[in-house]
Amino acid sequence: MASGIKDKVAIIGMGCSRFGERWDAGSEQLMLEAFSEAVQDAGIERSRIGAAWLGSALDSANVGNSAIPLSTALRLQGIPVTRVENMCATGTEALRGAAYAVAAGAVDVALAIGVEKLKDTGFGGLPVPTKGTLNDLWIPYCSAPAGFAQLASGYAARFGFSRDELKQAMAHVSWKSHKNGSANPKAHLRRSVEMDAILRAPIIAEPLGVFDCCGVSDGAACAIVTTPEIAREMGKRDLVTIKALQLSASSGRESGTSQWDGSCVPNTQMAASAAYREAGIRDPRRELTQLEVHDCFSITELVTMEDLGLSDPGRGVADVLDGRYDADGAIPCQTDGGLKCCGHPVGASGLRMVYEHYLQFLGRAGDRQLPHPRLGLSHNLGGVPYNGVAAVSIVGLL
Amino acid sequence: MSSQSTGIGIRSCGIFVPRLRIARAAIAEAHAWALPGLKGLGKGERAFCNWDEDAITMGVQAARDCLAAPLGLHSDISDVVLASTTAPFADLQNASIVARALRLNDSVTSQDATGSTRAGLRALASALESAVGQQKLVIASDCRRAKPGSAQEMTHGAAAAAMLVGRGSEEELAVRYCGRHSIDVPFIDHFRESGEKYDYYWEERWIRDEGVHRLATPTIKASLEKSGISADRVAWLGLSGAPAGSDKLVAKALGIGAERILPDLQGSVGDTGAAHSLLLLASALECGKSGDFVVIAAFGLGCEALVFQIGGSSAQRRKALSTAVARREESTSYLKMLSFGGELQLDWGPRSEVSIKAALTQQYRSSQQLLGFVGGRCTACGQVQFPVLPTCIACASTAQQTPYPLADEPARIATVSADWLQYYPAPPLYVGLVQFDAGARVLMEIVNVPAGGIQVGAPVEFAFRLKAHDEIRHYSRYFWKAVPAPAVL
Repeated sequence: MASGIKDKVAIIGMGCSRFGERWDAGSEQLMLEAFSEAVQDAGIERSRIGAAWLGSALDSANVGNSAIPLSTALRLQGIPVTRVENMCATGTEALRGAAYAVAAGAVDVALAIGVEKLKDTGFGGLPVPTKGTLNDLWIPYCSAPAGFAQLASGYAARFGFSRDELKQAMAHVSWKSHKNGSANPKAHLRRSVEMDAILRAPIIAEPLGVFDCCGVSDGAACAIVTTPEIAREMGKRDLVTIKALQLSASSGRESGTSQWDGSCVPNTQMAASAAYREAGIRDPRRELTQLEVHDCFSITELVTMEDLGLSDPGRGVADVLDGRYDADGAIPCQTDGGLKCCGHPVGASGLRMVYEHYLQFLGRAGDRQLPHPRLGLSHNLGGVPYNGVAAVSIVGLL
Repeated sequence: MSSQSTGIGIRSCGIFVPRLRIARAAIAEAHAWALPGLKGLGKGERAFCNWDEDAITMGVQAARDCLAAPLGLHSDISDVVLASTTAPFADLQNASIVARALRLNDSVTSQDATGSTRAGLRALASALESAVGQQKLVIASDCRRAKPGSAQEMTHGAAAAAMLVGRGSEEELAVRYCGRHSIDVPFIDHFRESGEKYDYYWEERWIRDEGVHRLATPTIKASLEKSGISADRVAWLGLSGAPAGSDKLVAKALGIGAERILPDLQGSVGDTGAAHSLLLLASALECGKSGDFVVIAAFGLGCEALVFQIGGSSAQRRKALSTAVARREESTSYLKMLSFGGELQLDWGPRSEVSIKAALTQQYRSSQQLLGFVGGRCTACGQVQFPVLPTCIACASTAQQTPYPLADEPARIATVSADWLQYYPAPPLYVGLVQFDAGARVLMEIVNVPAGGIQVGAPVEFAFRLKAHDEIRHYSRYFWKAVPAPAVL
């Protein structure tokens, strides 16, 4: 029986570039910005890095495929470098690769870095990737918001919410994240937005309006990992360790059979329950102190609260409106502004979420510092709710 | 004609008219600043194709309408002909795509017929003359382009008709074939070179007085003589391919009363080219009664005239044409018609720059699935699924799946959104998961959605449409889309 990786890997350094419309920087500069902060934080010579993982999701649009963009940007010579891609879970995949290498004893120190340079495409929103030669011949090419809007229609239908009731709760999700993001100097969007403005915003994909959608940004985030033993030898204290890294990918049942009612994301549910098991969490509602979830769209965050078992099915709307996930609520969510305000440089987002937990644990979160951070969950959702991948990571103080 | 126990004729007929209609007055109004004379043609409305409809898709829909009649005679169709002057492919048999979309056997002979708006009636005549033991499906379909500001922009239309030709008893035949006559002369009233977009027409008075009057009249007369029918026994006369009013001229010359002229469909559909004579025949089925004699003529480089007698069967006499004409949605936007027809290139932004090259290898491997909308049923657990992959979606069995056609299966909307962000030639793009009663679920485009949208749980049916047009390689590819039920076939 596999024992999982709980507390086998410590994060000794993290970095995150400023997210946003980085007209000034290419992907190389973004990676260097995140890496420089991380390597300085870790206080190690870069020569100690034994292997590196690069996460970038949309190679046709920005970074380029293979390991070369990373090994060239940081001039890493003679070590194994691997590029990983798993849609919006790409950043978490990079961390998973690095963590597994350390946990396996393959290397002492590993680097995980995620980057995306979306603002070189010439328009807002994500480029349209192809889906394979067969799927390209029949699947409708819809936008990401239209894919996630399916969740809104399925959720409203199952629980009997009117469009206005759902819109109100979705607006609260975005309102809260904008408020949080205004206190994050690295966020892309740093201003609060009135509820009324959110509700009146133009529709992008029914029922999602502009403020229900996350920003599209450039950015990079980075983690340097090792074993707790080596970290202590380096003189590190207050160790932040990985408690769980889990992932679930669709086999096609949600989009190809009647087994999905559109009101939830089964991948999130499966990844979460595996992660709780790996981390030894029995009651996530009491044990988790903070959340960074994949709020690509407001409806996604709302439904994710139920999929993570933090709100009862159908109760997400009420819990959100009650402020349960606000910065001063029972389980603060998106204290850094989330994808909503940081924006979503796809390959970087999973690592950016872990970065926020890391800052909170070490008391470095500035104006948005939580009083008692101990155990943080981050969550990515790649693809679409009915056909995608979900990653759940749990990190905490050792 | 003496009554026979069996004869050759048309067993079933199906019609498709694109849902979109525009008032001719709206077209005339748009041009009034430069071409005020067009107002004289500004009566009634015309049909026009959506961006994802063409001669192939309309032909498929008309054929489905034809074969949906309670005959169950799909299996012994030996030939499929698609007659059109606007078929999308020059070297790729358009009828072959139609046959595959109809899930006909690989042994069915498919053939395109073209060269003249007369091609539809010509193809019908050929099928009737050669129908011995098997059934032949004749489809005529045209989506006629016209230069903005031209008279043809006002008068042209779009539609498709399908006729199942075969032998049958009087009860089995919608119409019995009586005879024909044709002449071929180089009377060039209009032309269009290969690869050109628009027809060029000669003066209407010359066409009517020198052409129709002198060529169509004797041809029709000869067809009646060969069929042993005197003109006074003709209950219905239809003439296509000729200027407005020509039918009255011909009827008068033949001694056929004006009240026996079939409506020319100008007020509702427009001139539908190769399809038009078949539309007129469908119209006769609705106007007429059992025993009526009908003569249908198509003018073009001479004339083709066919004589029929309406059969005794009422099953085949359903209101195919009026049902198709009644399924309409009025568009008040002339610019929309131009955009859908490719006459106006809007700036759709960078999202429209994506070009997906269809892998012909993959398209061939999956042709039954893609063109016929055929899913699979797992032989181990019974789950119906689309697409068919080597491993069952429900039980992971790798056993062979049996083909399971989905195009006529009942289904409902499971989830839906209206996408205003994605590039789509007719925004918004309605997209959602469609749940089949049989168990399969497919993410699909939903078209013909009314202004108020479509809700979860709404029943849908399916239409064969253009999936995408590759602007770089000039290639149209097709798939099925959901349409709100009742069907808008």
